Amino acid sequence: MKNIAPKLTPEQYEQNFAELHPPFTSNSAVAEANRCLYCFDSPCMKACPTHIDISTFIKKIATGNLKGSAKTILESNWVALTCAKACPVDVLCEGACVYNERGEQPIQIGRLQRYAIDWYFEQGMPTLFTPAPKNGKTIGVIGAGPAGLACAAELALMGYDVTIYEAKDKPGGLDTWGIAPYKMTQADSLNEVKLIERFGVKIKTGVRIGKNLSVAELEKRHDAVFLGLGLPSPTRMHIPGEDLPGVYDALEFIERVTTRNWKSVDVGNRVAVIGAGNTAIDAITEAKRLGAEQVMIIYRRSRNEMSAYDFEFELAKHDGVIFHFLTAPIRILGNSHVEALECTRMKLGEPDAKGRRALEPIPNSEFQLPVDMVIKSVGQKANESFLSEIPNLRIQNGQVWVDPETLQTSNPKYFAGGDCINVGKEVVHAAADGKKAAHGIDKCLFSKESVNKSGKHG
Amino acid sequence: MVDLSINCGGIKSPNPFWLASAPPTNSAYQVCKAFEAGWGGAVWKTIGEPVMNVVNRYGAIDYNGQKILGINNIELISDRPIEVNFKEIAETKKLWPDRAVIASLMVESTREVWNDIVKRTIDTGCDGIELNYGCPHGMSERGMGSAVGQVPEYCTMITEWVTEVSTIPVLVKLTPNVADIRFPGRAAKKGGAHGLSLINTINSIMGVDLDTLELKPSVDGKGGHGGYAGVAVKPIALNMVSQIAIDPEINLPISGIGGISTWRDALEFILLGATSVQVCTEVMHYGFRIIDDMLEGLINWMEEKGFRSINDIRGKSLASIADFGDLNLLYKTVAQIDESKCIQCNLCYIACEDGAHQCIDIIPHDGKNQPKVREPDCVGCMLCFLVCPVDDCISMVRKDDGTEAITWNELMKKLPQPLTWEALRQFQAKHGIEIH
Ligand SMILES: Cc1cc2nc3c(=O)[nH]c(=O)nc-3n(C[C@H](O)[C@H](O)[C@H](O)COP(=O)(O)OP(=O)(O)OC[C@H]3O[C@@H](n4cnc5c(N)ncnc54)[C@H](O)[C@@H]3O)c2cc1C
Ligand SMILES: Cc1cc2nc3c(=O)[nH]c(=O)nc-3n(C[C@H](O)[C@H](O)[C@H](O)COP(=O)(O)O)c2cc1C
Ligand code: SF4
Repeated sequence: MKNIAPKLTPEQYEQNFAELHPPFTSNSAVAEANRCLYCFDSPCMKACPTHIDISTFIKKIATGNLKGSAKTILESNWVALTCAKACPVDVLCEGACVYNERGEQPIQIGRLQRYAIDWYFEQGMPTLFTPAPKNGKTIGVIGAGPAGLACAAELALMGYDVTIYEAKDKPGGLDTWGIAPYKMTQADSLNEVKLIERFGVKIKTGVRIGKNLSVAELEKRHDAVFLGLGLPSPTRMHIPGEDLPGVYDALEFIERVTTRNWKSVDVGNRVAVIGAGNTAIDAITEAKRLGAEQVMIIYRRSRNEMSAYDFEFELAKHDGVIFHFLTAPIRILGNSHVEALECTRMKLGEPDAKGRRALEPIPNSEFQLPVDMVIKSVGQKANESFLSEIPNLRIQNGQVWVDPETLQTSNPKYFAGGDCINVGKEVVHAAADGKKAAHGIDKCLFSKESVNKSGKHG
Repeated sequence: MVDLSINCGGIKSPNPFWLASAPPTNSAYQVCKAFEAGWGGAVWKTIGEPVMNVVNRYGAIDYNGQKILGINNIELISDRPIEVNFKEIAETKKLWPDRAVIASLMVESTREVWNDIVKRTIDTGCDGIELNYGCPHGMSERGMGSAVGQVPEYCTMITEWVTEVSTIPVLVKLTPNVADIRFPGRAAKKGGAHGLSLINTINSIMGVDLDTLELKPSVDGKGGHGGYAGVAVKPIALNMVSQIAIDPEINLPISGIGGISTWRDALEFILLGATSVQVCTEVMHYGFRIIDDMLEGLINWMEEKGFRSINDIRGKSLASIADFGDLNLLYKTVAQIDESKCIQCNLCYIACEDGAHQCIDIIPHDGKNQPKVREPDCVGCMLCFLVCPVDDCISMVRKDDGTEAITWNELMKKLPQPLTWEALRQFQAKHGIEIH
C-alpha cells in the first residue's frame, strides 16, 4: 500500500477506540434500575431473541442482588456480556421498552446487563450452575462462536460430554475477532468462554474440521454434531483489480484491529469501503480511528436500502465518513498497488411486481475516486466446499437448511445455528440458536432411545 | 446451604416470607398461586362480620416519578362470607401442607362470638390464627379493629377469649396508631398470645384534589382517613418491631410487617427481631413474582456472610440499639469531599450553608466551583453526605482516636447539677469541641 496514514500516539489510539458506552457506576446503575417499571410479561423480554427476563434482572440490580441478576441473565444467554455490549439494543430490547410509548428514554438495558455481568466476572464467577450428572452422550461442536458456545454450555449443563473444535487459535468466533473494539474487547469474549469451560466443555483450538480432522472421524467420535460455522468465506466482487495490494476483505482487516495492536495495522490515507452493512460501517469507522484522513463508503443502492442501523449511520457520519450512495465500483485501478477506484452512478428503476426496485447504471456516468486502500465488505458466505463433505446436508440460498423447531439439518446427526443458518444476523440470534439446538439434540437423542429406555429422560 | 425455615410462635414455614392479610390473600386462587411462586406462608384476608365495601378504596403517594411510595386504603375486612373463606382455607391447606396458612379474624366483641369463630377456624386445619386489632377505619367505628388494639384492656380480654379455646397458635396483630406500642404488646401477651404481628396500617389522609377540593380518594365526593402502608412506613414499623423485640416484659416471637419491598427490608426486620415477615403493598404493586428475588437475595446475602439459618441472624442488630443518653459524646467525624469524584453540583454547599453549620466553602479552581469542607468547623452532622448524589464522593471520616468515650448519662454524673451552659462549655472546650 502506498500513502500509509501516519501512526498515532498510544494515547490517541486509546482515545479513538475508547468505549462508546462506558460502564455505570453503582449509584447510576441503581438509579437506572429503579426507573424500570418492572413490567409484567414485558415487551423488552419478548423483543430479546434469547428472551432474557429483563425486568427481573433489572429488579435484582435495584435490590442489590447482583448474583441473582447475573443468574437471571445467564440462564437465558451464555454470551450475555457480548450481547450487553454489542447488541443493537435500539432495535431489540430497548426499542421495545414501554418508555418509548411515553416518548421517554427507554431503560438502558444493555448497560444494566453489562453492570451485572461485569460484577459477576469481577467476583471470579461464583458458581451459579452445576452440570447434571453425565448422561453418557458426547456431542461435537464445530466453531467456538456464540452459536457453538451457547449450544455447548447448554448441553454440558444437561450432562453431555461436549467438545468444541475451533479452527482459529482463540475461541469466541466473531465475538473475539469481529466486534468493534469501541464496543468490546477480546478479553471480554474470552472471559465468557472461560465461564463455559467451567461447565466442563472442552475447546480444541487450531483444529479445522475438514482439514486437521475429517468429518468422518468427527462423526465416529460423537453422537451428534452442531454446526456453528458462521460465514467464513468472503464474497468476491469479480471486478478488475480486486487482487491488487491495498485491497482487503473487511473481516481480514477487522480481525487485526480487534487484537488492539493498532500500531501494526496499516491503513491508507484515503480509504474506501465497498458496501453499507454493519460490517462496512465497522470497517470504515475503524479505519478512521486508526488515522485514515479521508474515509468513504461506496454503495450501489440508496440510504433506504442500506442494512446498517440508524445509530451506525450516525456514528459513521460523526466520524466524518462520506457516503457515496447509488454508486457502484467497476474497477480498481493502480499499477503495483491501489491508486483509484472507478465507479459508475446508479439509479433505481420502477418497482417490479414485488415492489423491488431494479438497479441500473446511468450511462456515461463513470468517474474515478483517488484512494490508497479499498476494503471490500459485500457479504460473507458459507464455506460450501466444506459443507459438501457432510452427507445429505441440504443447503438452501447459501445457508444450511434446518427444521425451525429443533434446528436439526437434513442429516439427522447434524444440527446447526447462528450465521450459517440465517445468512448473518447478530450475536444474540446465534446465542438463541445454540441454546435451541441443544434442546433439539437432547430431544432427538433421548426420544429415539426412549423406546428401549422406557422414556426415562426429562 | 442455608436453612430459611422458621417457627414463629409455633407456626412453621419453609421460609420467613408470608403474605400479609390483605387483598393478595383474598382467595384460594391467589394464595395457591403465591405458594406456587414460593411464598412460605399466607395470612388470609381478615374474616368476620358482614361488611360492604365502597369503591375508590385506595389512594397512593408518588414520589419523584416513582409510583406508590405509600398506599392508603379504606377497604374493610373480607367481603366474602365466612363459610366461603373457611372452605377455601381448608382446601388450600390440604394442597400445601408445608406452607403456613393463617386465618385472620375480626368479629364482634363478645365472648361467645369469638369462641365460636375460633372453633370453626381450627376445623379448617389451618396453622394459626391472627387477631386483627388493627384496621383504623370502618371496623373501628363498629367497636372492632383498632378500637380494640388501642385499648390494652380490650386487647387482653379478647385475646383471652381466643386463647381459652384455641388449640393452634395465636398471633395478635398490633395497630401502630398508639402512643407506645409496648402497651398493647404487653396486653396481648397477658391474654396468652403466642406471637405478635406488627404493624397494621397507619391513620392517614392521602391528600386533597386541588381541582375539586375533595379528599383523595373520593367516594362520590366524600372521603376520610384510611390506613397507610407501603415503603413509606418502613422506618416506623422497624422502630415498633425493635421496641417490642427489646421489651423484657414481652419476649414473644414477632412477625414483622410494614413497607417490606425487598429482601433487604426483610433482613432489617429480622435483624431487629422478627421471625417471619409479611408483605402486602409490594405484592399489590408487582405481583407474587417478587418472591423470587426476595428468597434469592436473602440466601445470597446469608451465604456471603456465612450465616446458616434465620435463627443465626434474628435480632442480631438489637444489641446496637441504645438510648440517646448512652451514646458516646466524644465520637467525632467530619465530612471529606473527594475532589476527583466531585461533579460540583454544590448541593452539599447549599445544604450546609442554609440547613446546617456553614462549614463548606466554594473555592474557584480551574474554572470550576469546588466545594471544600472547613474541617475544624464541621460538626459531623452528615447532611452533606446524605445529599451528595455521587458514589463515595463525600465520606464521614473519624477524627477521634477512640481512646476516650463518655456518654451523656456518665457526664451528668460528673458535672455539677443542675447543669449550666458554662459547665458544658468547659467540657466541650477541654475536648476541642467548638460550637459556633
Ligand atoms: C465485523 C463484524 C461485526 C459485527 N458486529 C456485531 C455487533 O456489534 N453486534 C452483533 O450482535 N453482531 C455483530 N456481528 C454479527 C455476529 O458477529 C455474528 O452474527 C455472530 O458472531 C454469529 O455467530 P456464529 O457462532 O454463528 O459464527 P461466528 O461467530 O462466525 O463463529 C464461527 C466459528 O466457527 C469457526 N469455524 C468455521 N469453520 C470451521 C471449521 N471447518 N472447523 C472449525 N472451526 C470452524 C470459525 O473460526 C469461527 O470461530 C458482527 C459481524 C461482523 C462480521
Ligand atoms: C388494601 C389493604 C387492605 C388491607 N386489609 C387488611 C385486612 O383485612 N386485615 C389486616 O390485618 N390487615 C390488612 N391490611 C394491612 C396489611 O396486612 C399490612 O399490615 C399493611 O399493609 C402493612 O404492610 P405493607 O407495607 O407491606 O403493605 C390491609 C392493607 C391494605 C393496603
Ligand atoms: S419494558 Fe422498559 S419499563 Fe418495562 S420492564 Fe422492560 S425495561 Fe422495564
